[in-house]
Amino acid sequence: MDAIAQALHGALGLIVAADRALLGIVALSLQVSLAAVLAATLLGLPLGAAIAIGRFPGRRALVILLNALMGLPPVVVGLFVYLMLSRAGPLGASGLLFTPPAMVIAQAILILPIIAALCRQAVEDAWIEYEEQLRSLGARGIGAALTLVWDIRFSLLTAVLAGLGRASAEVGAVMIVGGNIDGVTRVMTTTIALETSKGDLPLALSLGIVLIVLVIALNAIAHLVKDAAQRRYG
Amino acid sequence: MAANGRILPLALRDLRYAAGGRTLIDRVSLQIAAGPTTLMLGANGAGKSVLMRLMHGLLAPTSGEIAWSDPDPERRRRLQAMVFQRPVLLRRSALANIVYALKVARVARAERERLAVEALESVGLLHLAHRPARVLSGGEQQRLALARAWALHPEVLFLDEPTASLDPSATREIERVIQAFDAAGTKIIMATHNLGQVRRLGDEVLFIHQGRLAERAPVEQFFSQPASPEAASFVKGELPWK
Repeated sequence: MDAIAQALHGALGLIVAADRALLGIVALSLQVSLAAVLAATLLGLPLGAAIAIGRFPGRRALVILLNALMGLPPVVVGLFVYLMLSRAGPLGASGLLFTPPAMVIAQAILILPIIAALCRQAVEDAWIEYEEQLRSLGARGIGAALTLVWDIRFSLLTAVLAGLGRASAEVGAVMIVGGNIDGVTRVMTTTIALETSKGDLPLALSLGIVLIVLVIALNAIAHLVKDAAQRRYG
Repeated sequence: MAANGRILPLALRDLRYAAGGRTLIDRVSLQIAAGPTTLMLGANGAGKSVLMRLMHGLLAPTSGEIAWSDPDPERRRRLQAMVFQRPVLLRRSALANIVYALKVARVARAERERLAVEALESVGLLHLAHRPARVLSGGEQQRLALARAWALHPEVLFLDEPTASLDPSATREIERVIQAFDAAGTKIIMATHNLGQVRRLGDEVLFIHQGRLAERAPVEQFFSQPASPEAASFVKGELPWK
């Protein structure tokens, strides 16, 4: 009990003092995860909308696959990206392994199915409501899909947020492709894993607290935005 | 625009529509010409909505033929509009909803706003032009849906029980707008199960019973001397299948 109290005291001390190492780690974590979310959103929303509205052979299989990929194990994604980027791999010449861009790539692959699958579901539900009206007005194809995506943009925020939560919380992928190099590729989750095994509980705990506060804050903001939008636009 | 349209008359020949192993529309043949307001009357589930969707092209018939006088599908579509029981409005202002419909209908950009304002004015919603459409009341939303149709100046307007979920005063407003459409020369084809509405708005009745056209008659005659026993019991307020 005493050890926990001490660790907690140390952790709060680090946070209050705005420890430089701590801030650096938090900043890198946010940069990596937000970049991954941006990339996965730009790819995932159009992909999800296209699958929702399109009618093509193999569509059902694709939907099942996409849903299954929502549960991709981060270490497997890390391993895959590692193989691609390692010296002997097809993209080895890029020299990206053990750099932040490699971590962005891994996290983007990890959350792309989450954003695409949740977007597909949301667009498909909305399509049931809108289809007859849009067809009656003569809206078709990509035009109709874009109208739909724009109209439910605040619901899609939930999908993006789910991706961000997953990206900022995962440890396996960034550990493998980033290498957890101090000051270069060390992020919140990998630091927590490392410091806990080293026994430096205050730093691990302080990062844990920051991580949880950040996740709650992002969710709260998204919730408030969605609420305000609901009142404004119905 | 309606005057130089001419996609009517509409002819249905031996129309059948089946879904899920059930025949919902059964060998319906009829001609619909410009002019009189046509009311489709029938109990819930009789097939009014399905028949309307077949005419409007939202459903494809299982067999039979739907023939408009204009062979160009783009013009046919452009000169029809439909208002549904529950209006589907986009999450943008009332005005922007109409502008959107005009844009999809390829109306020139410079014209859109003027036509949209005109349409809002005609249904008495101009003061709510910049209000988000989805926060309007049920009656206002339905009037906006009518305004959206109005702005397109269709030759034929399909109405699928547009007042079924509205209170009496909102219903009166909607009926007033429908009469204005009619006065402007728009052909109205409307589904309802409300006998009062048929008397107030209708010129002729298509009585639909179990997916078939059971009877077609001018309104007065339909009420005073219904020819089919199903229509007779429907008029008397009885359930036709008892």
